[in-house]
Amino acid sequence: MADQDTHLLQTPLHELHVQLGAKMVGFAGYDMPIQFEGVKAEHLWTREHCGLFDVSHMGPCYLTISGGVRNDPEAHIEIAKLIEMLVPSDIQGLKPGQARLTVLLNDDGGILDDLIITRPRSPDHQGMLYIVVNGAMKHQDWALMREKLSPHAELTRADDQILVALQGPEAEAVVTGHFPEAAELGFMECIRLEKDDLSCLVSRCGYTGEDGFELLIPSEGVAFVTELLADERVKPIGLGARDSLRLEAGLCLYGHDLDPSKTPVEASLTWVIQKNRREAADFPGAAKILDQIANGPTLKRVGIQPIGRAPAREHTPIMFDDVQVGEITSGGFGPSVDAPVAMGYVEAGHSKIGTELTLMVRGKPHPAKVCKLPFVPHNYKR
Amino acid sequence: MTVKYTEEHEWLKVDGETVTVGITKYAAEQLGDVVFVELPEENRSANKGDEIAVVESVKAASDVYSPIGGIVTAVNSALEGEPELVNKDPQGEGWFVKMLIADHAELESLMDEAAYQAFCDGL
Repeated sequence: MADQDTHLLQTPLHELHVQLGAKMVGFAGYDMPIQFEGVKAEHLWTREHCGLFDVSHMGPCYLTISGGVRNDPEAHIEIAKLIEMLVPSDIQGLKPGQARLTVLLNDDGGILDDLIITRPRSPDHQGMLYIVVNGAMKHQDWALMREKLSPHAELTRADDQILVALQGPEAEAVVTGHFPEAAELGFMECIRLEKDDLSCLVSRCGYTGEDGFELLIPSEGVAFVTELLADERVKPIGLGARDSLRLEAGLCLYGHDLDPSKTPVEASLTWVIQKNRREAADFPGAAKILDQIANGPTLKRVGIQPIGRAPAREHTPIMFDDVQVGEITSGGFGPSVDAPVAMGYVEAGHSKIGTELTLMVRGKPHPAKVCKLPFVPHNYKR
Repeated sequence: MTVKYTEEHEWLKVDGETVTVGITKYAAEQLGDVVFVELPEENRSANKGDEIAVVESVKAASDVYSPIGGIVTAVNSALEGEPELVNKDPQGEGWFVKMLIADHAELESLMDEAAYQAFCDGL
């Protein structure tokens, strides 16, 4: 291997990927599979059957109040109040076993990361939150949480474990074959279940727009993942298809569609800020964010449908009457829609669905339209 | 007809004063599913190394450089509607352009099939 790759970390599933013939690349500090049989085939398989994604490079962790968990709903309120100092979502209001997408904010209301926060279902484990942050941002996020919340809360990393996502219309049948109780989960619900001697966290969520699950499995559970892959409905899926699937589903990729220069309102993620938090105005950057909610942002993330076949990649300028009004932040080809798909930020005056714009692809104008997201309807289990 | 290859994984089929240019099977496999090919205008003149086309796969956009100097006499318009021809038949129906050869000497430095095969085996 070349020298530049030697510092890359490996997930517990690394050897399995290599055995399966994956093409590996460095991603978020890990040597990860970008593709197995091919991006398009993997993408389409996931939309029709069930794809298995290794996302062990991400940042699962637990945040626990000092003094530890206890059988007391008040303990949830205590830990929720702490994390709410950093995020604008209603965490106190989570039901046991409920998960929620939110964003870490800086003092200007800029997005430092997007993350999923889950309240444990078990009454005995209140006072703890299960949090999954992005792999490339985990060290920053964990340092921030420790800096802001210590000594009132303690952060425990869980990124030495296996985190896999099973996504697609057949994911339910596959997962309930091992965890029958998982059938009861609705979208964004989580339960801890046993598989043989493995204690696994099973969450009904994902990053493809399909129904599916994410499983946090102890690192010794590689044989269980091998067993999942032996199911004829399941194929391993690389990062390439993960990106095309999430783009068709209109989901943001941190560092591309989201960064500290963007607020949740500009990112069209205002929905992550529940009403009670807006009224309380007690999150970082609240003044700016609430002003944008009331008066509208100057920039807005929108779906962009290129007309024709040419994909428009990240950083493609978006023009209106020869003046640049925005930029593509994610763009490529959507195998399920069989057309190029993109999203980007445009000046609010040009953000209405149907607005005709021009994309400058390699210096040449290509017509495009602002369109609604997602490109492919979500297939979540409500 | 002679076929020549470049280290950038292009093939050139020489037919008298013209060459047909495309990307090799190896390149097509590396790119994955081709979804769009941007081709040059006919009659465009290009120097060796000039960007003459762009291949977009699901993954990424890749530039294709002119393997020799010359004038583009024809482009494969079938790729407009069927870019997957590049994957299906890269060294046949998936050709990109035909060019009028400016200087036959430029062909001398290119690889023959055996040399190209050895080059790929070393990658």
